[in-house]
Amino acid sequence: MTNASAPTLPARRTRAPRSRTLTVVLGGAVLPLILLAAWQTIASLGVMPTSQLPSPAMVWNAGVDLAQRGLLLPNIGISVQRVFLGFAFGAAAGLFLGAIVGLSRFGDILLAPTLGALRTVPSLAWVPLLIIWLKYGEVSKVTLIAIGAFFPVYTTVSAALRHVDKNLVEAARAFGLNGFALFRTVQLPAVLPSVISGLRLALAQAWLFLVAAELLAASMGLGWLLSDSQNNGRTDRIFLAILLLAIIGKLSDALIGLFARWANKRWA
Amino acid sequence: MPTSTAARVRFDRVEKSFAGASRDEAVRPVLRDVSLDVAPGEVIAILGTSGCGKSTLLRIVGGLDAASGGAVSLDGDPIAGIDTRTAIGFQEPRLLPWRTVTQNVALGLPAGTPAAEGRARIARLIELVGLTEFADHRPREISGGMAQRASLARALARTPGVLLLDEPFGALDALTKLRMQDLLLSIHAAEPATILLVTHDVDEALQLADRVIVLGHQAGAPGATIIEELTVPGTRPRDRGSAELAELRGRLLSGLGIDRHGSARGIETEAGIPVFPY
Ligand SMILES: Nc1ncnc2c1ncn2[C@@H]1O[C@H](COP(=O)(O)OP(=O)(O)OP(=O)(O)O)[C@@H](O)[C@H]1O
Ligand SMILES: [Mg+2]
Repeated sequence: MTNASAPTLPARRTRAPRSRTLTVVLGGAVLPLILLAAWQTIASLGVMPTSQLPSPAMVWNAGVDLAQRGLLLPNIGISVQRVFLGFAFGAAAGLFLGAIVGLSRFGDILLAPTLGALRTVPSLAWVPLLIIWLKYGEVSKVTLIAIGAFFPVYTTVSAALRHVDKNLVEAARAFGLNGFALFRTVQLPAVLPSVISGLRLALAQAWLFLVAAELLAASMGLGWLLSDSQNNGRTDRIFLAILLLAIIGKLSDALIGLFARWANKRWA
Repeated sequence: MPTSTAARVRFDRVEKSFAGASRDEAVRPVLRDVSLDVAPGEVIAILGTSGCGKSTLLRIVGGLDAASGGAVSLDGDPIAGIDTRTAIGFQEPRLLPWRTVTQNVALGLPAGTPAAEGRARIARLIELVGLTEFADHRPREISGGMAQRASLARALARTPGVLLLDEPFGALDALTKLRMQDLLLSIHAAEPATILLVTHDVDEALQLADRVIVLGHQAGAPGATIIEELTVPGTRPRDRGSAELAELRGRLLSGLGIDRHGSARGIETEAGIPVFPY
């Protein structure tokens, strides 16, 4: 049979033209620019004292000042390192246990109730125990961040694996796939979107727990910078720390976006 | 290519019941006492009202469901699980949404097919089912009938000893359907396989099959069994309008509980099938 009469579809995936990418970038920058302008306006009108609302220039100068004294990069670096390590351990454990619970009925029966109960413990409740066990060092902070990153990944992955279309799994089995080949062919591509959104949530959680950990007990890091500036009344540095958290958080999220693209190409 | 040779399928008093859905129905008998001997290379069409257990019977041969009683064997080996000699075309297309048509059809290739040979075979099958133009499309970008043809191609890619087809042409228009039927026959002539074909279309059964069986209920007994079995005379390709086939057609339709004017076509009769005054 020929397809002479079949309608031709338009080219399947049309690349986003350059002008569209530009629109997206500029569009995304509109709101921050408006906010910046509003901030500048309010600050220069003197509605609020500068001790409460420093101007953008003052915040910039605070950043330059910290950088010149060699304090900016170490604080950023240690925070990024903590988030990275905590996220990596937590997400890896979440993927692993989520896969076991989602794929094996036995794992589900054995592990799901316990993990479900642990999940309901507000993660900050672990702080006193972590400090008693692991003291104030890096390990306790990374562990707390890992706990924060673990549950979003575990929950989304196990739920997604449980809901993979049984008909597709059966069809692939009927064509001779099983074990890892089956997982790679059906389950993995099917849950990939959920894994990505789980990782995104986990990363946001990781930053949240980073700040919590550093506010509570740290001598370095962006969270420490926040609490230290609060004690010294340095509102400009508080603004700086918040802006840095927003920017670095967004960049790290973009990394997950890149990973998602790569994973979709590779596995889906 | 590891081509299986057509296998003999023997059903020996096969029974199947499922767990009942409610408390006052402990088990739900679906099939009972199905015995049939299918010769290698034979084409069997399976007719029966909706819900009588046709798909279940195919699934048992495919090793996806286990019979509750009796036995099914392939070339004398009792079926225990999925067998590389069988290939199934499901009632629904069941294509992987994230794969292209080509990649989906390639799933059917037997393990160990050399890559180049596999590619050539896939391309040929896709051409035969008329999807060349859509080979790189994803399932959501093609129509239901196209998806069904892709699913058929996937089953054919396996060069199985036993081909199990569950209403493979159900979603096709009349013309495409005739083409696909001819395609199936020509593939069967080139690479003989035993074919079990479920269909709702009596004419299709008479056109394609060596033998037609009708599954149905007998008064007073739970579960469906073979209530009619007939050998279709003549060799393929058959004349679609012959008088002899018209007579058989009447018999099959009455086996499905339909009078000869075809008034109740496709509607399940709760009262069961009465005794047949032929
Ligand atoms: N997994 C299952 N659990 C319980 N009951 C089932 C199951 N699979 C099938 N059944 C029952 O078995 C009976 C036969 O189903 P089957 O799918 O084999 O019918 P069919 O003849 O293929 O119907 P159709 O022509 O509509 O496709 C139905 O009553 C159905 O409810
Ligand atoms: Mg069916």
